[in-house]
Amino acid sequence: MAAAQQTKLRWGELEEDDGEDLDFLLPPRQVIGPDENGIKKVIEYRFNDDGNKVKITTTSRTRKLANARLSKRAIERRSWPKFGDAVHEDVGSRLTMVSTEEILLERPRAPGSKPEEPKAGGDSLAQLGKGGAVLMVCRTCGKKGDHWTSRCPYKDLAQPAEGFVDKPPVSESTTAAAGATKGTYVPPSQRAGAERTGSDMRRRNDENSVRVTNLSEDTREPDLLELFRPFGAVSRVYVAVDQKTGMSRGFGFVNFVNREDAQRAINKLNGYGYDNLILRVEWATPRAN
Amino acid sequence: MRPILMKGHERPLTFLKYNRDGDLLFSCAKDHTPTVWFADNGERLGTYRGHNGAVWCCDVSRDSMRLITGSADQSVKLWNVQTGEQLYSFNFGSPARAVDLAVGDKLAVITTDPFMDSPSAIHVKQISRDPSDQTGESVLTIKGPQGRINRAVWGPLNKTIISAGEDAVVRIWDSETGKLLKESDKESGHKKTITALSKSTDGSHFLTGSLDKSAKLWDARTLTLIKTYVTERPVNAVAMSPLLDHVVLGGGQDASNVTTTDHRAGKFEAKFFDKILQEEIGGVKGHFGPINALAFNPDGKSFSSGGEDGYVRLHHFDSDYFNIKI
Repeated sequence: MAAAQQTKLRWGELEEDDGEDLDFLLPPRQVIGPDENGIKKVIEYRFNDDGNKVKITTTSRTRKLANARLSKRAIERRSWPKFGDAVHEDVGSRLTMVSTEEILLERPRAPGSKPEEPKAGGDSLAQLGKGGAVLMVCRTCGKKGDHWTSRCPYKDLAQPAEGFVDKPPVSESTTAAAGATKGTYVPPSQRAGAERTGSDMRRRNDENSVRVTNLSEDTREPDLLELFRPFGAVSRVYVAVDQKTGMSRGFGFVNFVNREDAQRAINKLNGYGYDNLILRVEWATPRAN
Repeated sequence: MRPILMKGHERPLTFLKYNRDGDLLFSCAKDHTPTVWFADNGERLGTYRGHNGAVWCCDVSRDSMRLITGSADQSVKLWNVQTGEQLYSFNFGSPARAVDLAVGDKLAVITTDPFMDSPSAIHVKQISRDPSDQTGESVLTIKGPQGRINRAVWGPLNKTIISAGEDAVVRIWDSETGKLLKESDKESGHKKTITALSKSTDGSHFLTGSLDKSAKLWDARTLTLIKTYVTERPVNAVAMSPLLDHVVLGGGQDASNVTTTDHRAGKFEAKFFDKILQEEIGGVKGHFGPINALAFNPDGKSFSSGGEDGYVRLHHFDSDYFNIKI
């Protein structure tokens, strides 16, 4: 193959070559930027599997991470050539990625209290009972506070309901949780008797979710929270954001702890003028009943 | 914060180490090739090829020119950090588990696992300035503790060696004579295998993590127990912030049980504790497997974690981290 390079190149021979030795035919690599926004463009040419010349443009943005003060030696190291496997790194290998997910230092539930409840399900249930708020509404039978939807055994097993119970007694809710464990799969490591690692299966309660549409593009989650907080405890605020542009897509969701608060917010804010636009506020999921 | 994910290793991570300036991050994994990364943007600088087994531990000299790695292929190798060239290889009759360079980089402590008939041992080797003068003779060999010695580090002024391992006892040895000076108390000490040991920046105290689901802070001179941090999963890795009074514990359920449970039950977060109040500050999630390695950048503004999932996650703290109130 080296001989082929030395002698005058004949096009007839090109076909037989495996392409990789023809890299000298390609235009050189081009690096544009980084510009003031930190956007860098790398243009490379190479042969693809079919032997066709392809142009690869990689656009990357370098983020400025805190202007760290570096020692002279460290700056020198910055320009060290790559070695070992790092030399042959492909453009597309993407060994280093920035997480798409925002990771927060999650504080334990209440600073100062015990960090973890031993029994996740029953305890959070009982706590809610104490707080007077009813988070669970059965999607199947619409009953509050007794059971989760997935475990709704229809009317037969349900305790006699006195209309809509607002504050279920604590004991009742714990028995419901205990009874519900049978019949569902429990991994061996979490069965009774096994060492309990206790998963905190706190489901997101999407029951009291309110959809807000026709938001202005400037509206951010804190704004929405400010707008809805007066109606009651809010458990989640979310504004849909376009991944590419970073602009708001004009709608969002607000979850209330209490259904009543959510209803009041809907009554009050639907049609409310906010930032020159008229808000549309409704239940996020159309209700069956 | 948005962590930087580095996927250079094909097998679980075993150890992470920053150099003194905090611009390079060295990672060891079970896939035979230690790797060095730029610690600011996570770009891979190079790999050190030559080991033939899992690499358990590494250390880097103060001037960031030499790297020492200990591997299950029964060798400990010295490398040129800049070129990835192997400078010397110490060969042992059993897998090497821990390596640590002394202050001044003239001595290294190496532990070897029990293998065939030979018991575990702590070796002290001379490290020459010029690699051509390097010899493989041990200055001192200490035998005695049962089971693996998972970590051994130098004590204050290189006068002592602190070791900890499978027998759950922390020991302090005289680094010249090899005499046992102190042993941790059975009552107050760890109950199960000690998996991690990390010194404070000034070397005055150190933190140990154990499978008994706790981490303990010890005085490096007197071996008195200062603090205990209790968590709900086995601890595989520990680190101490050089900037704030924070300690980080990493761990998770045993790797063999991971697939049987919900990933939230695995508790694969890195847990932050207040060093003094022993209270939990928070957790950083992200790994899909237990955390095997943790390291704090010497400037205290970022930390990295390595998991059984083969990823290194490099976290640069948000500004609000620096004024967390308990």
